[in-house]
Formats: sequence, structure tokens, C-alpha cells
Amino acid sequence: MLLREVEYARPATIEEAIALLSGYDGARALAGGQTLVNVMKARAAAPDVLVDLADLDELRRIGFSADQSALELGAMVTSTQIGASSEVEVARPVLAEVVSTIADVQVRNRGTIGGNICVNDPTNHLPPLLVALNATMTIRSVAGERIVAAEEFLIGVYTTAVEEGELLTKVSVPTRRPGSGDAMDGVTLGAHGTYLVSAAASVSPGGVRIAIGCVSAAPVRATAMEQRLASGDFSEASVRAAAEGLGASLDPPSDVHASADYRRHLAEVSAVRAVLRAAQRAKG
Amino acid sequence: MTVSTTPATSRAISVEINGDTVEREVPASRLLVHFLRDDLDLTGTHVGCDTGSCGACTVLVDGLAVKSCSILAVQADGASVRTVEGLASDDGELTALQQSFKDCHALQCGYCTPGMLMSATALLERNPHPSEADVKLALQGNICRCTGYWNIIEAVVAVGQGGAA
Repeated sequence: MLLREVEYARPATIEEAIALLSGYDGARALAGGQTLVNVMKARAAAPDVLVDLADLDELRRIGFSADQSALELGAMVTSTQIGASSEVEVARPVLAEVVSTIADVQVRNRGTIGGNICVNDPTNHLPPLLVALNATMTIRSVAGERIVAAEEFLIGVYTTAVEEGELLTKVSVPTRRPGSGDAMDGVTLGAHGTYLVSAAASVSPGGVRIAIGCVSAAPVRATAMEQRLASGDFSEASVRAAAEGLGASLDPPSDVHASADYRRHLAEVSAVRAVLRAAQRAKG
Repeated sequence: MTVSTTPATSRAISVEINGDTVEREVPASRLLVHFLRDDLDLTGTHVGCDTGSCGACTVLVDGLAVKSCSILAVQADGASVRTVEGLASDDGELTALQQSFKDCHALQCGYCTPGMLMSATALLERNPHPSEADVKLALQGNICRCTGYWNIIEAVVAVGQGGAA
């Protein structure tokens, strides 16, 4: 398929990238291109200027914050990199587990964490997971840097807190604490296929965070279920009871793969599975 | 600003393709697969679905399997690309993987074969003795509409075991 004519630039520094994004109308950051190039073919997106982030080595780094409290993933870190990272394995292994189920090898070799969350397709893996893990996103512009929590970052389909002229540079995930555990579950179309409904859970001594994917334009926190589990009773009966009513609180879409009612049902099933597995892992 | 950071509708790129350095001016909108097929006449890389789903266009970029319909030629600037034409030696001697595909009858219509070969080549480079499960995972992004998967998997596993079963 042929693409509409487009201008292309490949900045050498983040400052240059931001200058390009803020200086040209219709400029858009190009990460791995696994979504953007294909939606450009379909004319669903028609940027005038592509700002390729490929040469920004700073965005490809995996490391830790100065106080070691957070795992820091540059926006251009690929799924393949996350899957092979010893830092991720130590600090938050669920990330490696989940990205290894995104699409296929070729897509994981190019697709980036920044691209996955900036697209914020409701069926994407990382948005609900990063909400459950209480991650924060660092956004840079000519005005400086701001930090946004995952829940505020993920606004709607193809819509995030990144404004025109801004660039997502980093995703920070709190490092795993003793007595905590994370898991993601859901129902897909075929093995490693698109999620019909997903649920991510993070259990820690401070409580549990649960996020449901594919049921709205952005991940939805299952706050009532979280509150019912605040007692710390993660027995199967308790978790199942806590999930009751979650489905009824959601307004998911209907499509050829699943009705809204079926998605409500799957949301409860997925949340229960994710919480039980996260709690099991929290025990060590 | 330097030249590289001024947006332009085309770019002079330098790409190493199957060991040879190729320098061309390409439109920014050109997909890598069209650069390979139409500009360089390397038609072994196939266009199947053209939506990033089928894997027939798989090539290796810096050793990693990627779908050449889902990246722009300009994104490959400075990279090393290997296509199916880069597998057999100049005198026509097949790689062990290609020979195994032949021995195991791992192709029917052959349309998906270039992509299968490149994904399997990438797998064997990092895991010389893959299990059946390893092969299935590595080839998940490659669709065979003849549904000849079993012979393909058998061919790749056989390479790791030192030859065709």
C-alpha cells in the first residue's frame, strides 16, 4: 500500500525532537511504527511531519531512579528489550511476562512501550497493566518536564495527556516490594491474540489495585472491588465475592466478538483470576 | 539546525543489504518492502496482507525479524538488512534451513516461505536447537494460508537436530 506524501526528520537530541514537534503543524512522533505506519496506510492517520525518535539513545534505556524506588523505561524501549532485561526481571517481572504476549516476534522487535501507551488502543496490554502498577509518565516540552500518573495519562482511544509539541520520554514503575505480587489475565482471540477483556492486578501490603481493559476508551479502575479486598483476605471465596457487581458497573462495547453483557461477565472472571494469581505471587 | 533535523519529503539513506552497501534517495513515504522490491529488484520479499498481519514480508534488520511492510525505508537508514536473497551462497548452495525446508516439503504454494525462512533464521541464530514450542512461538507472526504449518515446524526443528528427520 502506498502512503500519502509525508515529511520526515530524524533528530539527534530530545531537545531537537521537541523543537520539531512544537515547530511544525501536523508533526507526530514516530517510535517503532508498528501502529502508526499501518494506520497511515489505512489513512486513519495523516501526519504532515514524522519525527523519528530512532536516534535518541536516552529513550532506549532501562534503569532505575536515583533513589532506586522506580524502574525507569525510556519511551523507545521495545517489547523485546523489556522481555530480555535483567533490571525488569528483578524489579517488576510481570512487565516481561505481559509484553512477551503482545502480537508476535516481529511486532515485539519494533514496537515500543511509549508507542503502546500513546496509541492507548483499548485492547492494548500495557495501559491497564501500568494503571495497576501505579506507573507514572514523564512528558517533556520546551516548557520543561511534567510527570503524570498512568490513570491521568490514558485519556481515550489514541488520546493521552501528551499535548501538541510534547514528547513522552519515560515510564516509571515502582519497584516490587517484599510481600507484593502482580498478574494480568483476560480472554483473547486465539493465543496471544487481541484481548476481548483484560484485567491487571497488583497486590501489596498497602492494598490492591485492579484495572480493567477493553471495556471503555481507557482502562477502568475496579475501585469497589479494591475496597472490598482492603481487609487483605485473598481467599478465592473472598475475591469472588468482591468481584460481584463489577460487571454491572461497566459500560463495555458490543461487537462481532463479544456482546456488552459477555464483556461484563468476562471482566469479573478476568479480575478474579488476576487478583488470585497476584495474591499467590505476593506470598512469595 | 543540521540537515538531518530539517523535515523533508525524501532522504538519502545508506543501508547495508545482504552485505552490500546501498545508497539511495528515497521518498519518506516509501515502505521498506517497496524499496527492496521496486527500487532494488529484490522480489524475494513478498507482500501478503500489507497490513502487518501475515509476515510474508519479514526481513532481518540488524539481526531482528521485522515486517518490512510496517517500517519505512528511511527508518532503515544506517541499518543492516538481510533478505531471503541473502541466505543461499553466491554459488547457489542452500543454508541448512533452506535445505531442510526442501527435505521436509515445508512449502506448498511458497508465498509465505521467504518470511518463514527469515523468522526461522533469526530464531536459529539466537537458539540453535529450538524445541517445537520455541518454533511455534517464533513463527507466530507468519501465516501460511496453505496451512502447511506442521512441515514448516518440522523443518526448523530438524535443523537444530543436525539435519532433516
